[in-house]
Amino acid sequence: MQVCENIINTLAPCLAANGMDAGLAQFIAILVGVLLVTMAPLIVVIFLIWVERKYAARVQDRLGPNRVGPYGLLQTFADAIKLITKEDITPAGADKAIFNAAPIIAVMSVILMWGVIPFSPIHVGVDLSIGVLWFIAVGSIATLAIMMAGWSSNNKYALLGAFRVVAALVSYEVPMALSLIVPVMLAGSMSMQEIVNDQRGMWFVVLSPLAAIIFFISTQAETGRAPFDLIEAESELVAGYNIEYSGMKFGLFFAGEFVHVLTNALLLVTLFFGGWVGPAVDQVPILGVLYLTIKSSIFYILSLHLRNTVPRVRIDQMMGFNWKFLVPVAIVNIILVAFLLKVVQALGLAPAPEQVNDFAANLPQAIILFVGNLAVTAVVMQMLRNVGRRSRKVEEEPGRMIEPVAEPHGMSVAH
Amino acid sequence: MNLLNEWAFIGVFIAVAWVFPALPVVFSAFVRPRKPNAIKMQTYECGVETVGDTWVQFKVQYYIYGLVFLVFDVEMVFLFPWAMAYNQLNFFAFGAGLLFIFLLADALIYAWKKNALEWA
Repeated sequence: MQVCENIINTLAPCLAANGMDAGLAQFIAILVGVLLVTMAPLIVVIFLIWVERKYAARVQDRLGPNRVGPYGLLQTFADAIKLITKEDITPAGADKAIFNAAPIIAVMSVILMWGVIPFSPIHVGVDLSIGVLWFIAVGSIATLAIMMAGWSSNNKYALLGAFRVVAALVSYEVPMALSLIVPVMLAGSMSMQEIVNDQRGMWFVVLSPLAAIIFFISTQAETGRAPFDLIEAESELVAGYNIEYSGMKFGLFFAGEFVHVLTNALLLVTLFFGGWVGPAVDQVPILGVLYLTIKSSIFYILSLHLRNTVPRVRIDQMMGFNWKFLVPVAIVNIILVAFLLKVVQALGLAPAPEQVNDFAANLPQAIILFVGNLAVTAVVMQMLRNVGRRSRKVEEEPGRMIEPVAEPHGMSVAH
Repeated sequence: MNLLNEWAFIGVFIAVAWVFPALPVVFSAFVRPRKPNAIKMQTYECGVETVGDTWVQFKVQYYIYGLVFLVFDVEMVFLFPWAMAYNQLNFFAFGAGLLFIFLLADALIYAWKKNALEWA
C-alpha cells in the first residue's frame, strides 16, 4: 500500500514544477494512486488463495498444496497459468455480453471497496465523506454480478443459483446496512477515516458489540460461503451460478470471492475494532498498516474456520434467521444506541470532541452502552430459548410421533 | 485533497477497476485454444441435456423477498443522514428517528403477519 493521498499532494506540484501542465500532473498523480489501490487486492489474493487452501487442508487433515515452490506458495501462479491457457467455452444460447461481463464486475466491485478503507492515518485511497454508503453501494454490485452470471448462462442450475442470490444475499444486506448505522451514529460521520479517528479512545465494539456481531454474520453471508453457501450448494445445484464458466472467467469469480472475505475482515476491523489505531501510529503511520493487518487476519481466519467447520443451513432456516432474528435485533439495537446516547448526553457523561483520544473520558459512555447491549442480548437470548422450547413441545406432541417401523421380535409391547 | 479531486479519483478508480480484472481474460484470448463444436457448446456439457426453455417462471417467494428488501433498502438510506447528525441534535431528533424506525419495523411486522417471510 502506498501514500496515495500524499502522492496527489506531493507528486502533482512536483511534476507541475518541472514544467508539466498542472491538470495533466494532477491526473498522473491520481492515476498512480489509483493503480496502487487497485494492485493491492490483486496481489494480496495470490497469497490469500494459498492461505485458504492450506487452512482448509489442515482442518480436513490433509497437507494441502506443497509441491510448487516452498510450502506450495507458488501453487497459485501455476493455477493462474493453467486457467489462462484453458479453452473458454460460452454455452450456446447464453446472453454473451452479460455472460462475459459478470466475472469482471464481480472482481471490480471488491476492488472498488478497497478505495475507502483507511490503512493508516495517511494511507487511504480516497477518504470519501460518504465512505460507508460507498461500500454498501459498491458491495451490492457483487450480488448483481452473481445474478447476471446465473441468468445469462442459459442453464437451469445456474438460474436457480441466481434466484437464491435474490433471496439470500440481497436479504442479508438489510441487517448489514442496519448495523452500519450504529458506527455512523457513534462517530457522527460517514467517512471511514473519521470513524477510525473516533475509535482512538474506545473501539466501537465495546460501545455496541451487538452491531459488530450482526455485521460479522451478515458479511459472512454476503460472501456466499459456508454456512451460507446456498447459492452454490454442490449437493443441490452442482455448482450454482458459475457452472457454465471455464478458464480465467471461472477463476475471476473465485479471486473476487477470496478478496471479498479479506475485505469484510478489513471493514469489520475498520468500523468496530479501531482500524489502524494502535501505539505510536501518529509518529510512524506505516505501523497502522501492520495493526490493521494483524487485527483483520484474526477475523479472516475466524471466517475461514467457520467456512470449514460449520455445516450448511437450509434455505428456509437461512431466510428465517435473517428476517426473523437479525433484522429485528438490528432495529432494536439502533433504537437502544440512539436512546442511550441521548441519556449519556443528558447526564453529561459524553466525551467532549477534544477528548476522543482519552480512554478514561470515554469510559462512562462505554460502560452504559455496553451494559445496555448486554441487557438486550440477554432478553433476545431468553426469547430465542422460549421459541425453541415451544417448537420442541409441538414436535413432542403424541399425535405427531412417528410409529416405530419394526418392533423387537418376541417382546410384548403394550399398545 | 479537495472534493473535485476525490471524485476525479473515484472516476479514474472505477475505470481502472474495470480494466484490471479484464486483463487476464483478454490476455488468455491470445494463448488459449479455440475449437468450438456443437456438442461442446451445449448447455450443461457432460450432463443430461436440459428440457425446455431455461428462463422459466419460478417460485414467487424469491420475488417477495426482493420486494421486502427494496422497502428496507430505500428506507435505510434515509436513516444515514439522521445517524450522521445525531450527536448534534436534541432529544426531539430521537423521537423523530424513533417514529421512522417504527415505520420500518411496521413494514417488517406486516410482512411477517402476511407470511411473506415463510419459506413455503
